[in-house]
Amino acid sequence: MEMADRIHSAIKDVHALDNEAGRDTWLNRVHPAVKLPVTLLFIALTASYSKYDLGGVIRVTVYPAALFILGDVSFGQAMKRLRFVLPFVLFLGILNPFFDRTVMMNAAGIPVSGGIISMLTLMLKAFNTVSAAYLLIATTSIRKICYALRKFHVPKIFVTELLLIYRYIILLLQEVERIRDAYQLRAPGKKGVALKAWGSLPGLLLLRSADRAERVYQSMLLRGFQGEYALKGSEKLRALDLLYGFVWAGVLVALRFVVL
Amino acid sequence: MHMADALIAPAVAGTMAVCSGVVAAHSIRTVRLSDDRKNIPLAGVMGAFVFAAQMINFSIPGTGSSGHLTGGMMLAAVLGPEAAFLSMIGVLTIQCLFFADGGLLALGCNIWNMAFYGCFIGGGLIWRAILKGGISKKRITAASILGCILSMELGALSVTIETTLSGITELPFNVFLGAMLPIHVAIGLVEGLITAAVLCFIYETRPEMLKGIGKNDVSGSSRMKRGTVITVIGVAAAVVGGVVSLFASGLPDGLEWSVERVAGEVEGAGGGAYTIAERIQNFFAFLPDYSFPGSESAAGTSVSGIVGSAMVLILVVAVSWLIRSFMKQKQS
Repeated sequence: MEMADRIHSAIKDVHALDNEAGRDTWLNRVHPAVKLPVTLLFIALTASYSKYDLGGVIRVTVYPAALFILGDVSFGQAMKRLRFVLPFVLFLGILNPFFDRTVMMNAAGIPVSGGIISMLTLMLKAFNTVSAAYLLIATTSIRKICYALRKFHVPKIFVTELLLIYRYIILLLQEVERIRDAYQLRAPGKKGVALKAWGSLPGLLLLRSADRAERVYQSMLLRGFQGEYALKGSEKLRALDLLYGFVWAGVLVALRFVVL
Repeated sequence: MHMADALIAPAVAGTMAVCSGVVAAHSIRTVRLSDDRKNIPLAGVMGAFVFAAQMINFSIPGTGSSGHLTGGMMLAAVLGPEAAFLSMIGVLTIQCLFFADGGLLALGCNIWNMAFYGCFIGGGLIWRAILKGGISKKRITAASILGCILSMELGALSVTIETTLSGITELPFNVFLGAMLPIHVAIGLVEGLITAAVLCFIYETRPEMLKGIGKNDVSGSSRMKRGTVITVIGVAAAVVGGVVSLFASGLPDGLEWSVERVAGEVEGAGGGAYTIAERIQNFFAFLPDYSFPGSESAAGTSVSGIVGSAMVLILVVAVSWLIRSFMKQKQS
């Protein structure tokens, strides 16, 4: 069942990431307010390479490569995430060799067209950017990311919502799983939700979610909720964190702009 | 429709992040000013609802295929456009971080393409305009279908413009647009029908939950809000237009850039900074034909450039392995 697989794998993915982020490794301990900007810098620099600069994109791949190995982060899990990105990237990239046939270099006597180089560059960019986001979330819990967002003065309404959505995703996914099971037991062999239940099935889920939100709000008030989750934790900025940030920023900027 | 980081240029991503940020700031202000503090937890849980509801397959009669929900317009009808927009940003952020569905850098684009149009155009302008004269199932259905198709089309148009401006694909703009628009009419129609079915169900069971009707009617302030939306679109158009002109005049495209470098026509070469840079390069570059302007090939596009880069990468991987095995040995 395709639907069952999607829900199940989504729940599994979130749990797997939670477990990864909950480990106690040196990379997990790096301050989130340092890791977040370094990740963004890396992604922006990778995206900034011209579509023919395959060599440049290979050079900055040192960032994910080093972190996967040194941080002992699961490479296979990160690659699984590429399945969401690859179809669209392939759709756009695979046509490049057909549209762009200008010969740009000779590799051992074989002429290589600009289209092939730009296709390979695009693939590597996809790998790099997906890996960087994975390296962030697999070593930093959402709570820590929210803490970093607050440090960067992202409004607390937004941060609170982000945390709430995250906390309720698993709960509501499990609810959808139960609803789907109940529905399929009554409609065996059907691929999806039939037209006559298009309104009532998600509609009931919506009403139940709204009721749940009401109860959640009441319980939050009873526990002293003042409009913001208490995110203050033990995350103190250490000299090592700053060193991590400056070293990576320096290396990446140098790879991008200095070493040609 | 989620855009990946690999498909976006930083300038385009930055521009769209600013546009989305302006709308988010407006939304936060509106939600903060509303007296109902319950709205924040409601928007949070409803965001999780949208995420979960996106997992449901809806079988499309007579086709054998199935459709899905995006949820922006539905959320806007229940929460109001501003709270729905914030909720959708949360959903898109979680999707990007946890499921690699859309990139971190491209988040501003994705928020604009998927949340802004659905919440403010579909769930804002269209919903209010059609339900102004009264509410009925027919009107809800008409608003949902029109709103969803329009939001999807605007989203698809934006994806095409953003990708083309980023200079990633060789696909000509009109071919790309021709591929994107028709399919998104179909996707929008299915989304509209599901949204209509759900909102009609809510109207039958708990009509007070729908925004823009009865005592939840906010049409008194809708004129101002519509004005805000139009202003935001105007500003966005101006900013995007500015970026277009920058791209058109300031920066040569990738191919021109490469050709320029191959031909060695980089202006200004020969200055003091250039000489120092050349010395540094001479010192560091271990493959002679690495990438000097005027040499046979452009930096990342020459065989030696690519081989050199690959060697750097292999070296870093090897050193990292060594360090890790050393660390593990030390631990045990």
